[in-house]
Amino acid sequence: MSIEYLGLSSINGPLIALEGVQDAFFDEIVEFVVDGTERKIGRIVEIYEDRAVIQVFEGSENMSLKNTHTRLTGHPMEIALSPEMLGRTFNGIGQPIDDLGPITSTMKRDVNGLPLNPVMREYPRNYIHTGISAIDGLTTLIRGQKLPIFSGNGLPHDQLAAQIVKQASLGENSDEQFAIVFAAMGVKHDVADFFRRTFEESGVADHVAMFLNLANDPVVERLITPKVALTVAEYLAFEENMHILVILTDMTSFAEAMREVSSSKGEIPSRKGFPGYLYSELATIYERAGIVQGINGSVTQLPILTMPNDDITHPIPDLTGYITEGQIVLERELHGQSIYPPINILPSLSRLMKDGIGAGYTREDHQDLANQLFSAYAKVGDARNLASVIGEDELSPIDKKYLEFGKAFEEHYIGQGPNENRSMEETLNLGWELLGLLPKEELDRVDTKILDKYYRTA
Amino acid sequence: MLNTGTIYGINGPVIYLKGNTGFRMSEMVYVGKEKLVGEVIALDKDLTTIQVYEETTGLRPGEEVVASGNAVSVVLAPGILNNIFDGIERPLEKIAESGGAFITRGVSVDSLDRTKKWQTHIVVSKGDYLHGGDIIAEVPETHAITHKCMVPPDLEGRVVDTAEDGEYNIDEVLVTLELSDGTLKKLTMTQHWPIRVARPTHHRFPASTPLITGQRIIDTMFPIAKGGTAAVPGGFGTGKTMTQHQIAKWSDADIIIYIGCGERGNEMTQVLEEFGQLTDPRTGNPLMDRTTLIANTSNMPVAAREASIYTGLTLAEYYRDMGYDVAIMADSTSRWAEALRELSGRLEEMPAEEGFPAYLASRLSAFYERAGMMHNLNGTDGSVTIIGAVSPQGGDFSEPVTQNTKRFVRCFWGLDKSLAYARHFPAIHWLTSYSEYLGDLAPWYQDHVSPKFVDYRNRLMALLNQESSLLEIVKLIGSDVLPDDQKLVLEISRVIRLGFLQQNAFHKDDTCVSMEKQFLMMDIILYLYKQSRALVTMGHPMSVLKSENIFDKIIAIKYDVPNDRLEMFAQYRRDIDAFYQRVLEKNA
Repeated sequence: MSIEYLGLSSINGPLIALEGVQDAFFDEIVEFVVDGTERKIGRIVEIYEDRAVIQVFEGSENMSLKNTHTRLTGHPMEIALSPEMLGRTFNGIGQPIDDLGPITSTMKRDVNGLPLNPVMREYPRNYIHTGISAIDGLTTLIRGQKLPIFSGNGLPHDQLAAQIVKQASLGENSDEQFAIVFAAMGVKHDVADFFRRTFEESGVADHVAMFLNLANDPVVERLITPKVALTVAEYLAFEENMHILVILTDMTSFAEAMREVSSSKGEIPSRKGFPGYLYSELATIYERAGIVQGINGSVTQLPILTMPNDDITHPIPDLTGYITEGQIVLERELHGQSIYPPINILPSLSRLMKDGIGAGYTREDHQDLANQLFSAYAKVGDARNLASVIGEDELSPIDKKYLEFGKAFEEHYIGQGPNENRSMEETLNLGWELLGLLPKEELDRVDTKILDKYYRTA
Repeated sequence: MLNTGTIYGINGPVIYLKGNTGFRMSEMVYVGKEKLVGEVIALDKDLTTIQVYEETTGLRPGEEVVASGNAVSVVLAPGILNNIFDGIERPLEKIAESGGAFITRGVSVDSLDRTKKWQTHIVVSKGDYLHGGDIIAEVPETHAITHKCMVPPDLEGRVVDTAEDGEYNIDEVLVTLELSDGTLKKLTMTQHWPIRVARPTHHRFPASTPLITGQRIIDTMFPIAKGGTAAVPGGFGTGKTMTQHQIAKWSDADIIIYIGCGERGNEMTQVLEEFGQLTDPRTGNPLMDRTTLIANTSNMPVAAREASIYTGLTLAEYYRDMGYDVAIMADSTSRWAEALRELSGRLEEMPAEEGFPAYLASRLSAFYERAGMMHNLNGTDGSVTIIGAVSPQGGDFSEPVTQNTKRFVRCFWGLDKSLAYARHFPAIHWLTSYSEYLGDLAPWYQDHVSPKFVDYRNRLMALLNQESSLLEIVKLIGSDVLPDDQKLVLEISRVIRLGFLQQNAFHKDDTCVSMEKQFLMMDIILYLYKQSRALVTMGHPMSVLKSENIFDKIIAIKYDVPNDRLEMFAQYRRDIDAFYQRVLEKNA
């Protein structure tokens, strides 16, 4: 087992080739010692008889064809697991970087995880109260869901995620155990710092496991960071029965890292130079959310991704949207009007919402109200387009009412303070209050009984 | 003695063996110590290429690969219905029993339960001469479906022995045939069939019966025939899966094969849960009794995703051979195309458009051509209808999968983002969608619904088209300046859109609507249009007409008239007449 190989055959960026290896297997982790001092680890990504291509997580700096000793570990990428991981900070491959010493545990798990059998899943039904109207009312977050935030550079996605963490963690069900797994991939130091401060301020710091791969950390490490984080999340949820909220930021850096490594491997690129397996890779990450039958815990994912050039059709947001259960889309125009959170509700969606709201969960009118708000706000867009051509004065009275509704909706319903925590009741009532600006005949998405019960003219 | 080889190289789901192994193309192989399932995809005198249907982590060069002697095939016997399989027909419930909540590698489970005894009725007797496809026994597989065990298509011979009626498992001999060369062949309930080969039939029919789905925009506007093909393209969040679920629940097919190809795990769980509780409105049996789910969630191995489509298709053809109408929901074919692309990239093939392999179009056409209304070998008639969801990149219908699919399907239900944003569901856009079956099915509608049906449908479409061109003008100058007759077109089109096209899947009456009610709804809307137009021609302004709430009342018919109280339409007709009189009197 402990044969050491001296020297390498070739080095190309983060990829190195080693010849004459015996008994190595695909996806095995290898350890390098460079110049007798520096330790690195890598993963076998291709293997042909006795020639192995190895991806070095820490980058291949300082390595030469002669100064490196390589040792096969005999196992795939694993991480030691323990409940003590909460409150700690790790680097992108799960090594502690907070000077509190190593994690002592005998339990190790393969970070690649395994697909969850659909017959053993529990269909998610309990909503998570976030205190943000645009989310609670219109794109309700469900426990066990994967709901990404599609954002752009310069938009307040970090503040939004932080607010969700703060307000969701302080729910009334305080008897249930709640924890956060935070994975940063290629984010700026400031961003990592912002999250750390937020966790400390809101008093959840000892319930957070942080995995940090910052913008200047090795690119290859980034590919493993979300898998390490999710392995910890699954362990805490399904073995320690905790409710875990996983924040992954920024998925764009993860995909970019994949492209970089793929191109240095000489693989055939597909869309925009990304490798053909981008979808499969993203899926193995996003699908690691949910609830298992008979187990109390859950994994809820809140990935954040910045859309390159705000383009929702770019392969990264596009493929993400096909895997995740909805999306929350932030918009620059609303941000420009100082509306926080700048959520554009029209392309936003929560697929699991329909089964987690309504009588018995939130309130009987919730679904109809949400449909009506979506439909009315879509008409606001039409009225605005028309106004930009013929001028506001020429609009029909009903179109003018829509303009008024649109403005009030954006300011009071979507817009709220970064520390404002609205109850579900408040959010729903606010919705009806705003619909009161429109005549009753316009509300065609609501069941007549519900309309009679809740509708009041403003 | 089975052929073997040793692993030389590993690259993700693709592995290479050195030398000429003697393996055959498309043969199923077992890879390594864990006996992972794989398929031979390329042969060369120096190199054999294999795609592996499971994660390859842990494989080493030098491990053995054993051939199975058969192409990748499925097991066909009772027990397929009311079950959920992965992409290569392994039952997920059995996997869960043996491996827990997560799917481990190298699981070896039987596709179908081999111990369960089925009540069997033998329908042939000694001395009968049987051809391939002939039915030998009947087994009540579920409350809804009688499973017909057949002679494999490539066999024929004289019956020399039969078992008594009774309880048998799928491996027990039911009938013994003497073949023409004198050998004896023992037949059980079980057949094996390679997934990439279409099961033979006698001949193909032209489509003449619609698949009734209970969805107005489909049944009335863009119908699909039994044995037809349809594509449902749409960006994420436009309701592809919802449309597929609705058809799977309410269509009048005998059997539904639902293929979740690269689907979300939670969605498959939802289908399992929901279909287990719902009952089939036609037979009163649980929906799962006529349903089989193939679940290959997006994080399961990519090669199995590629195979899942063919697995589902072969199961469908098997039930078609018994004389059933089978409908396949493939959700989504884009994930399958992407699996092709991913594997093609691993094989370092020359990419064509958008990185897809050049054989994308031929694979798609081969897939959709396996649909059809068939006269089977045993003299029964059955059909396979394929409804494939397409997830175009960026919601852009000009991408290769959508474009190539369009060439091979005859029904196109284009989902529209702006309709979905306004929560108008089903978001099938009436201007971009089409159905080539309309002409073929017109005689059926005339005979079974009403002679006026097709005419009414065309009049609704004409109004919607007029609306679309009027809206162009409204966008520029507002609706106030339009003359009253055009305003009426806009108003009636609103009634059609909200009251007819839009359908609420969560409303107990609106989720599935009979053809008769669909016709009556069209009838009443067109009657309203006729009366209103008469008023407008007489010079009554639209503002007066709109002050009556008759338009909204007609829109609400979909909720207010229960499906079993269709006589209520007469009252609506009287209401329209009353409205006509009131307007006349008011402005006399």
